[in-house]
Amino acid sequence: MNRSPLLFLGIFGALAFSFTGMVLVNQVGYGALTPFKDDTEGKAYPLQVPGLAARGKLVYQDLGCATCHTQQVRRDGYGTDVARKWGDQPGGSVARDYIREGRVLLGSVRIGPDLRNVGVRLTDATALLLHLYDPALVVPGSTMPPSRFLFEQRKIIGEASPKALKLPAGVAPGYEIVPTARAENLVAYLLSLKDTYTSYPESNYIYAPPAPEKGAEAKPAAAKDTVKPAAAPSPATPAAPAKEAAK
Amino acid sequence: MASAPSSAAKPSPAASSAPADRAESAAIDASVKAPVLLLLGAAILWLLAGSALALIASIKLHTPGFLADCELLTYGRVQPAANNALAYGWGLNAGLAVGLWLLARLARATLRHGGLILVAIVFLNLGVILGVGGILVGDSTALDLLEMPRYATPLIFAAYAIIGAWAVITLRTGRSPHTFISQWYVLAALFWFPWLYSVAQVLLVFSPVRGTVQSLVDVWFAHNLLALWFTPLGLAGIYYFLPKVLGRPLALYHLAPLGFWSLAIFSGWVGAAGLLASPVPAWVQSAGVAASLMTLVPVLIIALNHHLTLVGRFSILKTSLVLRFIVFGAICFTLTSLQNAASALGAWAEITQFTYYGLAHAQGVQYAFFSMVMFGAIYFLLPRLLLTDWSFGKLMAVHFWASALGIALYLFALTVGGFKQGQELNVLPVGADGKPGLPVPFLDIVSHTLPWLQAGTCALILLTVGHVAFAINFVSTLLQSICPTARAAAAAGPVLLRTPPAMEVAAR
Ligand code: HEC
Repeated sequence: MNRSPLLFLGIFGALAFSFTGMVLVNQVGYGALTPFKDDTEGKAYPLQVPGLAARGKLVYQDLGCATCHTQQVRRDGYGTDVARKWGDQPGGSVARDYIREGRVLLGSVRIGPDLRNVGVRLTDATALLLHLYDPALVVPGSTMPPSRFLFEQRKIIGEASPKALKLPAGVAPGYEIVPTARAENLVAYLLSLKDTYTSYPESNYIYAPPAPEKGAEAKPAAAKDTVKPAAAPSPATPAAPAKEAAK
Repeated sequence: MASAPSSAAKPSPAASSAPADRAESAAIDASVKAPVLLLLGAAILWLLAGSALALIASIKLHTPGFLADCELLTYGRVQPAANNALAYGWGLNAGLAVGLWLLARLARATLRHGGLILVAIVFLNLGVILGVGGILVGDSTALDLLEMPRYATPLIFAAYAIIGAWAVITLRTGRSPHTFISQWYVLAALFWFPWLYSVAQVLLVFSPVRGTVQSLVDVWFAHNLLALWFTPLGLAGIYYFLPKVLGRPLALYHLAPLGFWSLAIFSGWVGAAGLLASPVPAWVQSAGVAASLMTLVPVLIIALNHHLTLVGRFSILKTSLVLRFIVFGAICFTLTSLQNAASALGAWAEITQFTYYGLAHAQGVQYAFFSMVMFGAIYFLLPRLLLTDWSFGKLMAVHFWASALGIALYLFALTVGGFKQGQELNVLPVGADGKPGLPVPFLDIVSHTLPWLQAGTCALILLTVGHVAFAINFVSTLLQSICPTARAAAAAGPVLLRTPPAMEVAAR
C-alpha cells in the first residue's frame, strides 16, 4: 500500500467536494438570513414562537410525528400542496419561514397531510385533542396512531374538569379523561403552525406561473438576493399580494 | 487515477492458492478472530432486534390499533428505532466485521493489540443500545437517520474512530505488494463514516446551523450513509468474493478505479435531489439531479465488472450459497442505482416525492444490496475463522430464500404502491373539461395504500424468518466450534461446506 497517501488524499477530497458545495457554501450563502422587518406592521417576520408551543414542539419530536408528517409547502403547480390548501403562498414555503426554528423538521414522507399550516385549517383545540386521543373518532378511516398515553383517566373528585374529553362512547361513570400538559403543549404547537406572512421580498419575485421544469424557479435563498426591499412593492396587508398572484 | 491498483501481480483474490498462502491466511484469520466474532455476534443480535421493531412498525401502519397504548412503541418512535437498530446496530457491526476481515486478508497483515478493539466494540454497542433506547423513551432528535439522542452519539463516534484508526494503522503494515480495489472501498468507508457522522452531529445537534441549512446537512448525511458507507462496503465484498468463488479474475478490472473515483465524487451530492421544490436554493436541487445522473457512470462500470465476471459461470450458483447471496446483492446494486438515477428526473421525481417509494429505495440499498452481500460474506468467512463447518446446511438455504423472496416482495409492494400513492398524492386528476380537477381526497389515498402496506408486513415476516434461521445457525456453529463433542456429532451430519483447506481449493 505504498500509494496510500495519494489514495487518502483522493478519498478526503471526494467528500470535501460535496461537503463544501452542499453544506459550507449554503451556510455562507443563507445561513445568516435574518427576519424581515415589515415597516407597515412594525413586526419582524417570521414571528417568534410562543413558549407553550415551543414546549409542544419537543413533544412533537419525541413522539416522532415527523416520521409521517412533512412541514413544507411546495409551490403552486408542483405537486398538489396548494390545491389541497396546505398553504396559500403560491411560491410555497421559503427558507426565511424556518429561521426562528431550533430544529427544522421539513420531513420526507407524507403518510399524513402536510402540517406546515395546520394552525390555519384547524383552529379548534378541543377537536385537536380528541384527534390525538383517537384519530378515528374525528376522521373515520384515519390510520394515524392514537396517542391515548397523552391523556389520563382519573376519578372525578368534586367538580368535573372543564377540559375533560367528550367521547361519543362515553367514559366509565365517575371517571373523566383529561389531557396531560404534554397534550396541551402539543396542541398549542399545532395551532401555532402557520406561515401566514407572504410579503417577504423573495415571495414577490419568485412566483412565476406554474412551469413544468423542476427546481428552476424555487426560492433564491442567498441573503444578498433578498435584501432589496426597494424592488418589492410595499406590502399593505400580508395576505393581499399572495391572493393577487394566485389569480 | 494516479494510484490505480497495480496489476503487476494478478490483483485478484482468486490467485492466492499455494499451500504457504493458505497457512498465512490461517494465521491472519486467527489474528482477527476475536474482534470479528464479537462484531458478528453483536450484528446478529441487532438484526433480530431490528427486524422485530421493523415488523411492529409495519403492522402499525395498516392497523393503528396494534399495541397502540404503549407509548414506547408508538409508530413515530418504533419506526426510527428500527431504522437505527438496523443501520447502526446491524450495519456498522456487520460492515466492520467483514471490512476488517477483508482488509487483513488483502493486505496480508495480522491484526495486533486486539484487546483495544474489543473494548471499542463493546462501547460502540453500548452507544447504539443507549441511542435506540433513547429513541424509544422519547429523546429522539427527529432528524432522519440521526434520531439517536446526544448522550449516545459521542460514544458511537469515539468507539468507531478507535476501531477504524486502529484497523488502518495495523493493517497498513501488511506484506501485500499491491492494493486491490476492495481495499480502497473498505478504507474509504472506514474514513468517510466518522467524517459524515461528526459533521452531522456538530452542525445539527451540538451547535445547530440555522434554518433549512439543517435540512441540507441532514440529506447530505442520510444519503451518504447509504452511498459512502453501506455501498462501498457492499462493493468491497462483491469485488472480493465474486472472483474468489468463481475462481476467475474480474472482467474489465482496469476500469474499476474509474468506478471508484466517480462514485466517490458524484454520490456525495445526490442527497440534494431529495429536496426538489423544498425551501432550499434551487441550484443545490439542480446539482443534486445532475449528480444523480452522473452516478450512472460508476454504476455502469461497476455493473460491467460484476456481471461480465459472472457470465458463463451461472452454474456455480446452484452449488455455492455464498455466491448466491453475493450475486443477489450485485444485481440489486445495479437495479437500485439505476432506479435512483431515474427517479431524480422531472415528472418521476414529482410523483414519487414524499411517498413509500423513497422508503423502498433506502431498503433496496441497505437490505437487498448491502445486507445480502454481508450475509454471503459471513457464510464464507465464519467457517474459516472457526475452522468448522456451518451446522445446518438447510437453514442456510432457508435464510437465502426467505431473505431473497422477502425483500423482493417488500421492494415490489412499496415501489409500486408508493408510485400509485404518488399519482394520487402529487398529481391533480384531469377533470372532464381537460383542466386539472380537484386533488384525490387524502383519506382515499390512505385507504388505497393499505393492501400494499399489508404486503409489506408479509415481506417483513419472511425476512424475520430468514434472520432467525441465520441466528440459530450462527449460535449452533459457534457452540460446535467451542465444544469438540458437538463438532464430532456435526461432522456426521449433512454439510454444505468442506473443511477450510479443501474449500479453498474448491473455490478456485
Ligand atoms: C403513522 C403515521 C402518523 C403519525 C406517526 C402521525 N400522524 Fe398525524 N396523520 C396521519 C394520517 C394518515 C392523517 C390523516 C387522517 C387524519 O386526519 O386523521 C393524519 C392527520 C393529522 C392531523 C390532521 C391534519 C389535517 O389537515 O386534517 C394532525 C393535526 C396530525 N395528524 C397531527 C399529528 C401529530 C401531532 C402527531 C404526533 C403525535 C402525528 N400526527 C403522528 C398519520 C400520522
